[in-house]
Amino acid sequence: MKEKLVLIGNGMAGVRTLEELLKVAPDKYEITVFGSEPYGNYNRILLSPVLAGEKSVAEIMLNDMQWYADNGITLHCGKEVVEIDRAKRKVVADDGTCADYDRLLLATGSNPFVVPVPGHQLPGVVTFRDIRDVQLMMDASKQSRHAVVIGGGLLGLEAANGLMRQGMNVTVVHIHETLMERQLDKVAGEMLRKSLEERGMHFHMPAQTVEILGEERVRGVRFKDGSELYADLVVMAVGIRPNMELAKKAGIYCERGIVVNDTLQTYDPSIYAVGECVQHRSQTYGLVAPLFEQAKVCANHLAHFGYSRYQGSLTSTKLKVTGIDLFSAGDFTGDDSTEEIVLKDASQGTYKKLVLKDDRICGAVMYGDTGDGAWYFQLMRDGSDVTAFRDHLMFGQAHLGDSGHGGQSKAAAMSDAMEVCGCNGVCKGAIVKAISEKGLFTLEEVRTHTKASSSCGSCTGLVEQIMASVLGGGYTAAPKEKPLCKCTDHTHDEVRKVIRERHLLTIREVMQHFEWRTPDGCHSCRPALNYYLLCAWPAEYQDDPQSRFINERVHANIQKDGTYSVVPRMWGGVTTSNELRTIADVVDKFNIPSVKVTGGQRIDLLGVKKEDLPAVWGELNKGGLVSGHAYGKALRTVKTCVGKEWCRFGVQDSTAMGVRLEKRTWGSWMPHKFKMAVSGCPRNCAEATIKDFGVVAVESGWELHVGGNGGVKIRATDLLCKVTTEDEVEEYCCAFIQLYREEARYLDRTAPWIERVGLAYVKQRVVEDVQNRKMLYARFIESQKYAQIDPWAERAQHNVQRYEFTPLMEVV
Amino acid sequence: MHWIEIGDLEDIPKLGARVVRTVQGDIALFRTADDEVFALRDQCPHKGGPLSQGIVHGKRVTCPLHNWMIELNEGAAVAPDEGRTACYPVKVEHGVVSISLEHAGLQKSA
Repeated sequence: MKEKLVLIGNGMAGVRTLEELLKVAPDKYEITVFGSEPYGNYNRILLSPVLAGEKSVAEIMLNDMQWYADNGITLHCGKEVVEIDRAKRKVVADDGTCADYDRLLLATGSNPFVVPVPGHQLPGVVTFRDIRDVQLMMDASKQSRHAVVIGGGLLGLEAANGLMRQGMNVTVVHIHETLMERQLDKVAGEMLRKSLEERGMHFHMPAQTVEILGEERVRGVRFKDGSELYADLVVMAVGIRPNMELAKKAGIYCERGIVVNDTLQTYDPSIYAVGECVQHRSQTYGLVAPLFEQAKVCANHLAHFGYSRYQGSLTSTKLKVTGIDLFSAGDFTGDDSTEEIVLKDASQGTYKKLVLKDDRICGAVMYGDTGDGAWYFQLMRDGSDVTAFRDHLMFGQAHLGDSGHGGQSKAAAMSDAMEVCGCNGVCKGAIVKAISEKGLFTLEEVRTHTKASSSCGSCTGLVEQIMASVLGGGYTAAPKEKPLCKCTDHTHDEVRKVIRERHLLTIREVMQHFEWRTPDGCHSCRPALNYYLLCAWPAEYQDDPQSRFINERVHANIQKDGTYSVVPRMWGGVTTSNELRTIADVVDKFNIPSVKVTGGQRIDLLGVKKEDLPAVWGELNKGGLVSGHAYGKALRTVKTCVGKEWCRFGVQDSTAMGVRLEKRTWGSWMPHKFKMAVSGCPRNCAEATIKDFGVVAVESGWELHVGGNGGVKIRATDLLCKVTTEDEVEEYCCAFIQLYREEARYLDRTAPWIERVGLAYVKQRVVEDVQNRKMLYARFIESQKYAQIDPWAERAQHNVQRYEFTPLMEVV
Repeated sequence: MHWIEIGDLEDIPKLGARVVRTVQGDIALFRTADDEVFALRDQCPHKGGPLSQGIVHGKRVTCPLHNWMIELNEGAAVAPDEGRTACYPVKVEHGVVSISLEHAGLQKSA
């Protein structure tokens, strides 16, 4: 017989936990749900757009009655549980309905806090918490003219905005001097107040309410200083309190909320709790992102998997008032140990403040231009050292000009028809629609449903802004470190560590060790695991071709029509008449339709049929040409200028240096593609300062630059150091590559990797710690022993993986 | 049903695929980790990508062009993507793989 699970509280946290549970253990429980509201589960954070008349109640439903029926869940809605009998393991509702449980989940949410001043029970005094409250307010707005909203926080301002949109005259009363004082500093608070005033909102602050006036109905509010305001609707929005009455009554340990441990278990081991009603590590949460993180962990334990832990959440806030851009996260006030960077432009209505501690962002407040909020928040969560780009940190991530979304960096300024994702042709309107209609909360969900930002990712920041503007502070922030893929909860770094420590040698072993959820992984995790194993154990690991993306499996680039492109290596971009003749002959012999010079100074043969590949390679091999690895997460090309051999400005032989680096590093597999360049003088004709590793010759030696990128996100390199000899260039280059190979996550280019770990760290490991550099270099050279085998020759001359290139059969 | 023998199970790599050329176009034969074999028209319902070149996992293949996932047993795209590619009956007897071209699952939208 199935175990019985009872959920008390039919809201977002509780139902999300059920959804997570059904995903991982669909048949484990017979589930019963009690909810005091007469609806299915709806999206509470979209209540303010409903109040503002931008959305209907039907549009914010997340789970309709059919969903409960489809999943075999018994739903008692409109019934409030009044008793938990822990001895008999059963719950009783106000109408006498009983249900037994083996496990009980409390998700009773929170109650709005009503200031207990005289008159607080008068008709016309409402809170802002559920659909009923919204309907009361909307009805009131039809008859009444003057509303007073008590509370100048997030909730109060959203309520005030909604009522104003319904045509009411609204005054916000706030006890503090600054609006949203828990999220904003004084400057940003003032800017917010000013722009709300321009929209017609009135403020009475600081002011303490002492009485609600009226006899049969509310007719005004009186303050401590004796002043009064006329009102025929009063909204109490001063805050929420965890709803723990039921739990308390049942003797479950509570403080400011129902106290839970890292597995979301209360002091009664058969009772769990999630959402706004819980207190975890002394914190209570009122935003949706932490609730969803809790839901996931709780489901894991309800399913008896027992390995996941909730460790608290870092939250950020946005205000859902159309046209007002505001972002706040972390500790934005700072203290003696912190530093501030501030940018204020009153005429543009923008204000940004970053609070730094130990060269890391610990807080941010932004007003007017919040485009980079998501980026700052990410740096904050990752604890990234920002020293290297501190001088332009304030100007945001996009200051160098991203490609693919028309230079747009402010989602709020975009119309619905404007394209957000240039790769997949997704416009803003489509994303907004998908978020509200399909009930999406995470970036991952938006990517799956709309494809926006799922290809090159350059518009991720824009998509996050759109999510924030639709969902407000409620949108799910990614957990601190993302799991490797959907098949596991473990992170890249955890998996890598265990591969090394336990000497794991196959993908199967890794999956077994970490209890992968899928039988053989997916297209995301298998290539990553294959790379991690190969990088950790170059001599022992047996490469798994079926875990490689097709390009790396067949050593050519798949094209949209299923043909392939072939790029032979040209060391340092130097070629000869014989090589060119060989290429020309191959093109003629195999009727190759297109020949193109690439950005990396190589020649690309496009439109080669798959079954011709081994023969094409055989001919190229005969002319001395080998694989150029243009298809791989590997060393791609070393671009060079002509250097001092010919150029009247050249100060070093950049061409020879480039050839030497390419001969040393070709064939090495990496977390992502890796490009190099060598310029013969600071005029930098080889564009070395937008490469992963760039070398610029100077009279006295060589400058070494790292972490550049010329693609989606243009990033100029950081100077690693200066060296004098060619031997040093090679040693530092290989050591840098090996550090990147061993420590960057799969599919991280060097640019984001360096931004995450900090240039200071890379310098320390490669430049300052001589011993470590020598060891990195040695490990790279060792791994090259197994990597520098021309894959084309293996297939053309030794029939390796012949089955890849021939049909199984032709049926006539 | 008319069965055509097309080769040995061992000719198809585990978690891999091979192509059979037919008058109806290319057909991809997939082999799962536990040696089940499936046959689909070698065209992703999205942009026609060659599914035979994708990564096979569980009973699904990921198209190499834009990462759509296709169910091997009936050719349907995994939600929220929508579409379906034709599938063909397959049998494996004594390690020999046969397919039939007669009862191809019809192309229909999911």
